[in-house]
Amino acid sequence: MLLQRRFEERCAEAYALGKIGGFCHLYIGQEATGTGAIATLRPDDYIVTTYRDHAQAIARGIAPRAIMAELFGRSDGCSHGKGGSMHLFSREHNFLGGHGIVGGHIPLATGVAFAIKYRGGDQVCLCFFGEAAVNNGAFHEALNMAGLWKLPIIYVIENNRYGMGTALERASAINDIAERARAYAMERAVVDGQDVLAVRQVVGDAVQRARTEQLPMLIEARTYRFMGHSMSDAVSGTYRSKAELDEHVKRDPIVLLRALMQGNGEIDDAGLAQLDADVRAICEDAWQFADASPEPPLEALLEDVTVDTTS
Amino acid sequence: MATRVVMEALSPTMEEGRLVRWLKHDGDPVVTGDVIAEIETDKAVMELAARADGVLRRQLLAEGASAPVGQLIGVIAATDEDIASLIGAVAPAAATPPPRAPSATPGATPPPTPRVAAAVEPPPAPTAAPVAVAGNGERVRSSPLARRLASERGLALDAVAGSGPAGRIIKRDVEKRDVETRDVETRAAAAPLATPAPASPAPAAPSPAAPAPAPPAPAPARTVPGASTAGDGYRDAPLTQMRRTIARRLSESIGPIPTFYLTVDCDVTRVSEMRQAMAALDDAYRVSVNDVMLKAVATALAQHPEVNAHWLGDRIRYFERVHIGMAVAVDDGLITPVLFDADRKGLRQLARESRDLAGRARARTLTSAEYTGSTFSVSNLGMFGIEAFTAIINPPEVGILAIGAVEARPVVQDGAVVVRQRMRLTMSCDHRVVDGATGAHFLRTLRQLIENPLLLVA
Amino acid sequence: MITTYRDALAQALREEMQRDDRVFLMGEEVAAYQGAYKVSKGLLQEFGEMRVVDTPITELGFAGVGVGAAMVGLRPVIEFMTWNFALLALDQVVNAAAKMLYMSGGQFNVPIVFRGPNGAALQLAAQHSQAWESWLAHIPGLKVVTPATPADAKGLLKSAIRDDNPVIVLEGEMLYNTKGEIPDGEHLVPIGVAERKREGTDCSIITYGKMVLVALQAADTLAAQGITLDVVDLRSVRPMDVPAIVASVRRTNRAVVLEEGWAVAGIGAQVVDIVQRECFDDLDAPVIRVHQADAPMPYARNLERAAKPDLAQTIAAVKRVMYVEA
Repeated sequence: MLLQRRFEERCAEAYALGKIGGFCHLYIGQEATGTGAIATLRPDDYIVTTYRDHAQAIARGIAPRAIMAELFGRSDGCSHGKGGSMHLFSREHNFLGGHGIVGGHIPLATGVAFAIKYRGGDQVCLCFFGEAAVNNGAFHEALNMAGLWKLPIIYVIENNRYGMGTALERASAINDIAERARAYAMERAVVDGQDVLAVRQVVGDAVQRARTEQLPMLIEARTYRFMGHSMSDAVSGTYRSKAELDEHVKRDPIVLLRALMQGNGEIDDAGLAQLDADVRAICEDAWQFADASPEPPLEALLEDVTVDTTS
Repeated sequence: MATRVVMEALSPTMEEGRLVRWLKHDGDPVVTGDVIAEIETDKAVMELAARADGVLRRQLLAEGASAPVGQLIGVIAATDEDIASLIGAVAPAAATPPPRAPSATPGATPPPTPRVAAAVEPPPAPTAAPVAVAGNGERVRSSPLARRLASERGLALDAVAGSGPAGRIIKRDVEKRDVETRDVETRAAAAPLATPAPASPAPAAPSPAAPAPAPPAPAPARTVPGASTAGDGYRDAPLTQMRRTIARRLSESIGPIPTFYLTVDCDVTRVSEMRQAMAALDDAYRVSVNDVMLKAVATALAQHPEVNAHWLGDRIRYFERVHIGMAVAVDDGLITPVLFDADRKGLRQLARESRDLAGRARARTLTSAEYTGSTFSVSNLGMFGIEAFTAIINPPEVGILAIGAVEARPVVQDGAVVVRQRMRLTMSCDHRVVDGATGAHFLRTLRQLIENPLLLVA
Repeated sequence: MITTYRDALAQALREEMQRDDRVFLMGEEVAAYQGAYKVSKGLLQEFGEMRVVDTPITELGFAGVGVGAAMVGLRPVIEFMTWNFALLALDQVVNAAAKMLYMSGGQFNVPIVFRGPNGAALQLAAQHSQAWESWLAHIPGLKVVTPATPADAKGLLKSAIRDDNPVIVLEGEMLYNTKGEIPDGEHLVPIGVAERKREGTDCSIITYGKMVLVALQAADTLAAQGITLDVVDLRSVRPMDVPAIVASVRRTNRAVVLEEGWAVAGIGAQVVDIVQRECFDDLDAPVIRVHQADAPMPYARNLERAAKPDLAQTIAAVKRVMYVEA
């Protein structure tokens, strides 16, 4: 989680310096949700997620170098510079993006689960999205099919309370979003998204059930983002007050875990400082690597529009 | 460690920011994340946060002042740290590379590769497409195909009536015109010439088609417009394709080619005698003076390859074979069909071929293979009574022979004045390839052949 | 063997599903109902419900499910009951299927087929009659085919299923009952290759889909008047067979484009661009397009007939470019 945090901080810096362009959506404050959930997966499981994907990619094991290079738009990026921040992909890690249309990837994840069932495998698919996506048509269509056909998929709602600038209460007729699972004959759970161990527990159970019984599940992780929706969005003072932000920052997932571990004697200040230093070094290395990586060659513009193969 | 505080891009499109106010001042301690200033961007007022722990050691931008993205506006460091080197160069040259003014798009967008759909190359435009301006200055409408066909056949569009919408000239109009033109020319060619030349129409050098009285008035036979500026004693004729080509090519010739001229006066009495004898034998053996000239020139060229050549810019090509271009007057112009391997053909064959080529030249039915490929050219204005003239070289050839009229003239022979049949020849030579002596040698051989025509069969 | 267009598609589906067990069919009423237009009749019985999947009425949802499944190696055939309903699913077709390979830097290709009836039928009115070729042909990353005959339907659907890219197959309700000869044995038609359905020298007709039948009718009618048409059936509108178009116009010097669909930015506009660019000096007349009237499809029989491009309009267009009295 600390690596994710420092990485996202460097992203903010890089964006401010113009090295990252377009949209940049940071995960700061939500690390526990992604880390806890992804920790429950096997390498042959699948992940489909939103545009807020940097930290999840790190949690999955994609090299920070490859991620930073992608953000810088360089040819050594995990999508070879063709995708950018919102479209991180790695076939090797079964990380299926990185998608920009709110709710649009939920049917894709459901299709992955369909394929797992079609082949008779025991993998699962983990699908992340924000709480604003649950009002979207694609969400309903996909969850209905998952419940109807009993697909091995875990939908994780990262409820950070705001769909861009609109609070949950202003967008959703019913605020207890996990309740929607009932409409799809699906199990539901709500978990404290800032508590990485709790997340890991709840998602882990869901993953097991999906693997063995092929049952989908909807999990709402209650979390909070400490930065704006994207780098173009103010951190606070517009649709949420600084006071509210400060309140939530008190439940910084890293701080919480640190306190727990220190309380258990699992780590001390020196260890933490070393950890931080190590992590910062990884980020600095990623930055340097990305900066040194060349931009994609002009030929790449017209490459990979279609493939020339048939089967 | 000292950390630079820079004007950051707080929105994707921001290029410059105005510092509204500092929230921390010189000497204030700061922790990473503390808001140290308010910056007005192109979109809103945003907070600038510290990225390091320490003391704000210097504010380098005054409140209310603006700075471009990337400019150093402050330093955070330990209280006693030496920061002189950092602030010495306001244009940052430190560890972090100087940021470019960020654009909304990631990095420099590569210029798109050509958007032209990869497809067949457009067919080359027809050479020298006619401008198609009618005599009264109005634009002539025609389909691209009609234009191309007209150009290929040497027809001026302004002489073609268009049957398409708004008078558009279309393919069938051009085809119709083409047929009409050829009909008239064939009739013109068939009309008897008012000269002493024999039955075969003598190939002529450039001239107006005056000796064709029988066919209808020149106007319809000519590719010139009817309506033109009337009255003031003149008539403007726009350029036909042929005229344009002649102008272009021969201007190319006379300009850059260093030309000199050699004249020789030949005795053609024996040629006349030979011709009469042949004609007396049988009509089938009738040949013209010009036919004999062609044979003589061809034979001489075979013996003098140094004038049977082309100038190719970076080298000279000397030909082993002799292909004579024979200038033929056609309606409004001139074309030069080729007698291939003329030196190896007999007089009668040359007579036959030259007659055929001349006829087809006038009928406009020559193929391009029939009027390209000559190594040397010959032009004869004798039937018009021209004593002598200088012809213009057809590049890339290096010589051309101009043949004048056959006339009875008094000459000095063996000390006495006698009357003989004489003919003047003028050779134009490209001095880049042919020197005076070279040309003179050729003419001496030629003259010898003409004055002793039996040598042509020897 | 004479077969209907419908049966040709059914043969293609069956053969490909037998050949490769990654191929499956998904859509509304494809299984138990035996297909809304009976294209999938009998497939459920043969292949089972995992491979012939009935969906709820959720085009966006099941199109996306198909794309997701294709990303991990299955080969879905997604049937839209009509392409009019596919408008709802375009986010998945365009933003996901078409762009996935590119966005992922070449890592995830999407070997999916989206198929279904396209364009007008009879009096189905405004929302059930649209032709979608130009919307889809616009998108890089997609291939779009428009078979007009049973042989082409079978050959193109098979090629589409075997293609490792997303392929759009635009059929036609008015075509399902038409009959034609299909070669025996394995029959594949390459994507991106047009076919000269009729040879002629007086005028080219460039067309595709159900309009091919109108073009052939025009060719027959005009042959009796001594005018021979060169009918080029594009068969694919993305990629389009440019050399075939160019060869035809060079042969005849004049062209009519016959298309289902509205005029503005339609497929015909693309063909005209190709012709004027590649055949400029071969043209004796401007290229004329025959297309649908610029209005939503009306219900009334006479209005619908007037809205659709038809034989009379085609013949008139040919005569115009030939400068012949109509």
